[in-house]
Amino acid sequence: MSLAAAVAQTHPSLSLDVRGVSHEFDLDGSRLRALDGVNLEIAAGEFVALLGPSGCGKSTLLRLIAGLETPTSGSILGDGEPILRPDPSRILVFQDPTLFPWATVQANVATGLEARGVLKSQRGRVTDALALTELTAFAKAYPHQLSGGMAQRAALARALVNDPSLLLLDEPLGKLDSLTRLALQEELVKLWRRRGFTALLVTHDVEEALLLAGRVVVFSERPAHIKAEFKVDKPYPRHRDDPDIVAKRREILETLGLKT
Amino acid sequence: MSDAIRTLDSRPAASGPASLVYIWRTSWKQGWIAALTWAAAGLVTVALPDVVHWGSGPLFAQIMVGAAIIFVILALSVHRLGRAGERIVHYGPWFIAIGVWLTLWELTTAKFGWLPKPFFSPPHGLLNVYVTDGPRLLICIGYTLRLWSLGFVSGVAVGYVLGIALGWSKSFAYWGMPILKLIGPVPATAWIPVTFYFFPTTFLASIFIVGLASGIPVAILTASGVGSINKAYYDVGHVLGASDWYLIRKIAVPGSLPHTFVGLFMGLYYSFAVLVVAEMLGAKFGLGWYIQFQTAYSGYANVYATLLIMALLCSGVVRLMFMVRDRLLVWQKGFIS
Repeated sequence: MSLAAAVAQTHPSLSLDVRGVSHEFDLDGSRLRALDGVNLEIAAGEFVALLGPSGCGKSTLLRLIAGLETPTSGSILGDGEPILRPDPSRILVFQDPTLFPWATVQANVATGLEARGVLKSQRGRVTDALALTELTAFAKAYPHQLSGGMAQRAALARALVNDPSLLLLDEPLGKLDSLTRLALQEELVKLWRRRGFTALLVTHDVEEALLLAGRVVVFSERPAHIKAEFKVDKPYPRHRDDPDIVAKRREILETLGLKT
Repeated sequence: MSDAIRTLDSRPAASGPASLVYIWRTSWKQGWIAALTWAAAGLVTVALPDVVHWGSGPLFAQIMVGAAIIFVILALSVHRLGRAGERIVHYGPWFIAIGVWLTLWELTTAKFGWLPKPFFSPPHGLLNVYVTDGPRLLICIGYTLRLWSLGFVSGVAVGYVLGIALGWSKSFAYWGMPILKLIGPVPATAWIPVTFYFFPTTFLASIFIVGLASGIPVAILTASGVGSINKAYYDVGHVLGASDWYLIRKIAVPGSLPHTFVGLFMGLYYSFAVLVVAEMLGAKFGLGWYIQFQTAYSGYANVYATLLIMALLCSGVVRLMFMVRDRLLVWQKGFIS
C-alpha cells in the first residue's frame, strides 16, 4: 500500500458473509464439533453482538473470521472475497490484553505498523491511537505497570492504530471490574461511531450486548448454531434501565433458557 | 545516623572529653572491630616467627595494618559518604569476619604449623606468589582471558542461534533436540581426542572445548524459552500482519531472553570449569596451565593464588552479566518481585 493510498483511505468498513460454516477440533484423538452450519450476514459498519453459553464456539467463529484458522466446511467472505489468512484490516482483540510484556505500551501499539514496515512514515498514528485511548502519559510504561483497564485500552489502541475495517472483540471486557467495564463500554461505542468500522463482539453479558450492538445473535450450546436474533433499534447512548432494553434483556435470557 | 552527625556538628563548643564520647557514639562500631581484627592479622604475622619460611610476611603485615587504618578512618567518616558509605556499613560483619579468618589462617598455617607446608599456605604465602611470580601470572591471565572470551563468545553465538532454531522450527527440533539431549550431559572434556583429530591447532581445539561447554546450556535453555512463550502472542502477531521473521525477532527472541540468561550463567560456570582442562592441550601459558604446572611441582601456594585469581575473574564476569541482564530484562521487574 503506497503512502498516498494510506492517507487517502478514509475509515473503511467490511461486510461479512458467513456461509454454512462448521468447524471441528482434534481433542486427544477425538473430533470435537464446535460450530454447526452457521449462517450470518453482517453489513458494512454494523455492530453485532454474539451471545451464547460459555464454550459454545463463539470464540472459534471469531478466530475463523480473523483468518487464524480455516473452517472444516463452509466459507467466510469479507466484502465478497474468501478469508483465508489473517490480515491487519481484520483485527481480533482477545479477552486477555496479551500485550507483549517485553515492549513498552508505545512499542506494543506500534506493532502492526512496524510489522508491515510502515512505522517510519506513519508514526503519528501511534501517537493518535495513544491519545484516543488516553494512554499518552503511559507511552513509555511496560505492561506490568498498567491496571487491567489500561492494559485492555492499550490492546484496543494496538488494534485501532491499523485502522481496521473489521474489529473482532472476544470478550474484551470480560475480566475487568464493573466500573472499568462500564467506562470502556461507553468508549467502545464512541470509537465505533467515530471510526465506522464493522464490529463483532463476543460476550457473556446480555446487558453489554444490548448497550453496544445494533443486533444481538444468540447461539445454542455446542456445537453452536444460531438460535435467535434480536434487533436493537435504540439511539446511543443507551441506558440499562430503559424499559425497551429491560424487556429485550428478559426476552434474550429466556431464549438462553433462564427464567427471570 | 546522619542526624547524629548533625548534632555533633552543631556543638563545636562542647568540652574535650564530652566531644570524644560523642565521636565514639556516632562512629561506626563495626568499623572499629574490623580495624582491630585486620590489625591483629598483621601483628600476628610479624610478631610470631614462621615455622617454615614463606616470605612477604612484613609486606602482608603492612597491608593488613594499612587496611586497619582505613577502617579507623571509615569508622569516623563512613556516615558522610552517602550511598557508598551505606554499602560499606552493610558489609561490616563481613569485614570483621575476614579479619578474624585471616588471623586464624595465619596462626594455623605459618605460625603453629597445624596445617603444614606444602599442602597449606598462609595468606602471606599467597601474597609471596603474586610478588615473586607476578609478571608470569599477568601473562597467564591474558592468555586465559583470550582463550575464554574466544571460546565463550563463539560458543554462545552458535548455541543461541541453534536454540532459537530448535525452539522455532518443529522439523529442526525433531532432529536436533534428541542429539542435543544426548551430547548435552557428556562432559566437554570427553571430546578432547576427537577435537585433536579435527582441529589443525591445539589452540583451536581448546576454543572448541570452551565453546562447547558454554554453548550447550545456552542452546537448551533458549530452545525451551522459545517453546514456553504464550501462543497467544503469536496469534496477536499474525493478526497484526507480522511475517515469520518479525515474529522471531520481536516475540521469540525477547520472550525467551529470561531463559537464555539462565543458560548463559550456567555456560559461564561450565566454561570456567573446563578452562583448566582446555589449557592442558599444549598450552605454554594460561592460568589452567599454570595450575597444572605448579601442582606437578607441589607448588600449592601458587595453585591457591591462581585459583583465587580465577574465582575473582569469574565473579567479575558474572557481575558484568547481571548488569547486562538487569538492563535487558527491565520489563520483567513486575514478575520477579
